[in-house]
Amino acid sequence: MAVKKQNSKKAGRTVTEDVLLDVKNLRVEFKMKNGVVRAVDDISYQVRKGEFLAVVGESGCGKSVSALSLMRLLPEKAATITADHILFDGIDISSIPMSEMRKLRGRRISMIFQEPMTSLNPVLTIGDQICEPLITHLGMSEEQAEVRAIELMAMVGIPEPKNRLPQYPHQFSGGMRQRVMIAIGLACEPDLIIADEPTTALDVTIQAQILELLKDISQRLGIAVIMITHNLGVVAAYADNVNVMYAAQIIEKGTASDIFANPAHPYSIGLLRSVPRMDKPRGGRLATIDGLPPNLMNPPSGCRFYARCPMAQESCAKTDQSLQETKGSEMHQTACYFSEKALKEGALIYETDVSVQGSSTVDKSGEPLLSVSSLRQEFSVSFRTGWFSSYNGSVKAVDDVSFDIYPGETVGLVGESGCGKTSVGRAILHLNDPTSGKIAFDNLSINKKSIALVRQDMQVIFQDPFSSLNPRMTIGEILEEPLKVHNIESDPEKRLQRISELLVKVGLYPYMSDRYPHELSGGQRQRVGIARALSMEPKLIICDEPVSALDVSVQAQIINLLEDLQRELGIAYLFIAHDLAVVKHISHKVVVMYLGQIMEVGEGDQLYGEPKHPYTQALLDAAPIPDPEIERKRKRSILKGELPSPINPPNGCVFSTRCPKVVAACTSGRPELLRVGTEHMASCVLLDER
Amino acid sequence: MLQYALRRILLVFPTLFAVAVLVFLVLRVVPGDIVEIKMTAEGGIVSQEEIERERERLGLNEPLYKQFFTYMIGLPRGDLGVSLWTERPVSQEIGSRIALSFELAILSTILAVLIAFPLGTLSALYRGTVLDYVIRIITIGGIAVPSFWLGMLLIMFAITFFGKLPPLGTVSIFDDPLTNLYQLIWPALSVGYRYSSVVARMLRSSILEVLSEDYIRTARAKGVFERLVIVKHGMRNALLPTVTVIGLEFAFLLGGLVVTESVFNLNGIGKLFVDSVVRNDLNLLQGLVLTVATCFVFVNLIVDLLYAALDPRIRYQK
Repeated sequence: MAVKKQNSKKAGRTVTEDVLLDVKNLRVEFKMKNGVVRAVDDISYQVRKGEFLAVVGESGCGKSVSALSLMRLLPEKAATITADHILFDGIDISSIPMSEMRKLRGRRISMIFQEPMTSLNPVLTIGDQICEPLITHLGMSEEQAEVRAIELMAMVGIPEPKNRLPQYPHQFSGGMRQRVMIAIGLACEPDLIIADEPTTALDVTIQAQILELLKDISQRLGIAVIMITHNLGVVAAYADNVNVMYAAQIIEKGTASDIFANPAHPYSIGLLRSVPRMDKPRGGRLATIDGLPPNLMNPPSGCRFYARCPMAQESCAKTDQSLQETKGSEMHQTACYFSEKALKEGALIYETDVSVQGSSTVDKSGEPLLSVSSLRQEFSVSFRTGWFSSYNGSVKAVDDVSFDIYPGETVGLVGESGCGKTSVGRAILHLNDPTSGKIAFDNLSINKKSIALVRQDMQVIFQDPFSSLNPRMTIGEILEEPLKVHNIESDPEKRLQRISELLVKVGLYPYMSDRYPHELSGGQRQRVGIARALSMEPKLIICDEPVSALDVSVQAQIINLLEDLQRELGIAYLFIAHDLAVVKHISHKVVVMYLGQIMEVGEGDQLYGEPKHPYTQALLDAAPIPDPEIERKRKRSILKGELPSPINPPNGCVFSTRCPKVVAACTSGRPELLRVGTEHMASCVLLDER
Repeated sequence: MLQYALRRILLVFPTLFAVAVLVFLVLRVVPGDIVEIKMTAEGGIVSQEEIERERERLGLNEPLYKQFFTYMIGLPRGDLGVSLWTERPVSQEIGSRIALSFELAILSTILAVLIAFPLGTLSALYRGTVLDYVIRIITIGGIAVPSFWLGMLLIMFAITFFGKLPPLGTVSIFDDPLTNLYQLIWPALSVGYRYSSVVARMLRSSILEVLSEDYIRTARAKGVFERLVIVKHGMRNALLPTVTVIGLEFAFLLGGLVVTESVFNLNGIGKLFVDSVVRNDLNLLQGLVLTVATCFVFVNLIVDLLYAALDPRIRYQK
């Protein structure tokens, strides 16, 4: 599709008629103290009317900055935006004065941001904030705007819009706030909505609600959407076209089926291969892209993916290829000299070690390593309800949870936020004292006192690799501390030796022991966290969301590392996560939790293949699969509503308020966990009747 | 909102009670004896018996619990006892001076807010420009320069330009508002400069912080006029910490202007404070501390209520 200049608009009308946005050589530079960072480097793309375009890439690749620069929302002093042109419906928005740009914002181009919790003004009412663009752009009176705001709120699925209009953001949940943001975005019926990671902060069932809503409304009103995301499943499920970005450049673009079925850039191939798939049987290592993206302050000449590319030739380091049409599809363009070879060989360009097949098998003949039975964890809460009255009660964070972990086994614990999965981990470690229940580790009953005896054998890896390492200690000191505390190695020389070995084991270099945490990347820091846990030679590691803060290619590296260590050392894991695909990939057994209770337990393939509990089914339905072919055919029922308050959980089955298959019996009593297969149990009334 | 306000107001009483008890107890521990100071002040030689007799007369020999009882009984009626030095009721001693201190504090606050808001806002909006640097120099000056020294400069300025000093003694604002204002504007300026500097710096940093919030970006993305982005979306959020600073500074002015009051020869609370300490006039001191503490409590109450008015999250807190 030829790019037309502004003045040749008439002549090119037949070709460019449906082009809404035409970005040509957009470049964004940030001035830093020690140089200039080119966060977006000469990218060009088009968006047609009503199109759903996804921009994917890992953090720091420039996808958000490019979107913000379209709206000219970057701080003017720090960022310099240049472009041949950014034509929006014939208007070059890169050169119009700011006062003109303001008229477009919210009127013809809207934006939805990542953080619904902070994106709304806490001191203004929801109504005020939805009415604002209507009053500003459409000249409505306050009364007219309010009527329209109520319509909009109803459209985006906010119940009782009239009553919620005078409320403030803190009275809304995260999902509801994101609906408000969409209502604001839709207020003036724009031509283009830019959604910057709109669902990253939300739970998977809420994510599905929000994305369906966005897709549905944009289709109905003919609004084009640019969605920025790192979640390939979301891209596959919703996007028409995809731009893949790497190190400030677009390295491949095409239709969703082009990119997912026939990726032609080694980076795209690697990215797709490094995502665990929940629709495929378990097993096999994930492909990983080694190394890290280049520093954009001094990017290497030639292809930026050169250092990490499995098929790089010497010539790649000298000059880089611009986007070229790729065989097969008119839309498909790739920036790689060897795209044909990559297209043909696909995933084979990444050597995956076929000899190691996934994770080890578990010997369940002996005693379980960890046995949790009837674990309860209650937290007391109190708040005022009236003048002199207050509510004193408790939240059942964990309610009668039992499961076993055998030596060398990985048990995955999944559920949405607030389901109690982290509380289970903390109770096992006695970071919180459990209210009741039995925990036995290595045949030793664990209580407040005896926990000290097994601390060495039970280690933990935390979610946030940034805040779980002391910034004032070097990596060496961080790793040395537990060795000293537990008196494992008293000789300082040998301790250093040990630290070097540990670093090598988790894929770092011994010289890194002199570094401070801030000098390492997120993935490297998580490796340090793993090394710290390993230093005790534990039998069990509790991993609390160990990969959720990491990019997919790094996530794959860490998952592989954990699996390798298990095979080598026979460590058992309790793997707590919200990502269903990751949990399936790594776990022998999966436990699904909802509002503090176990809904279903089963061996991975079985549980994902034939879920017996409606909640498991709903979770699986909500999680998109990174394959547009599958997504298109998929029939999904999306769970309605939100998580009920854990202070006042529903009677009977806790899931009954949201369950699509709810019957009268559901509210009468808590269903028991019934055996439905050899290793498969679920707690649902419907199973009882069967 | 009403519930929140009432609860805050009801909380004032136990707080004041605690303050009253604490003040009484702490002052009894302080060494020194007013009777000795008073009777030997002019170099007179007095016998031990006379001192004892005087102590008896002033009620200082009563057991502590009795003194405490009398003191606590008097409080609800506004009876703070009698000054041990002048033997006039403490409430009268304080009453005759508090009006002046109050007026000065209010005048200084008005001046400070008038100066601080434009300075702080401009400084934040034009961060990193010459204007910002100039304002920051002015405000750092306000914090560095002692108020009383500035006061002396102001007096000299008044003499040089107006050829006369404000008349000594103070005229009530109700009798002669102009003279009263002319007298008080100078101390108010000297105190207000420092005050405004503190507020302006606070305002600057909170505006800068608020302007980098996500919801400001949302407002811009909606196409809201930049002026409205700052006033409607930014200011209200930025005011929260600023209000606290204004309140704290105001309460401080009520009792803490000892030196400034002497420079301008004002008969305010500050001077009374120093006198009562020097003379070990326990009853007066007790009354003063209690008065200032009460002011603090009420200013805090007002700040809390303002907070609630500004921020719905506090208002709806149960």
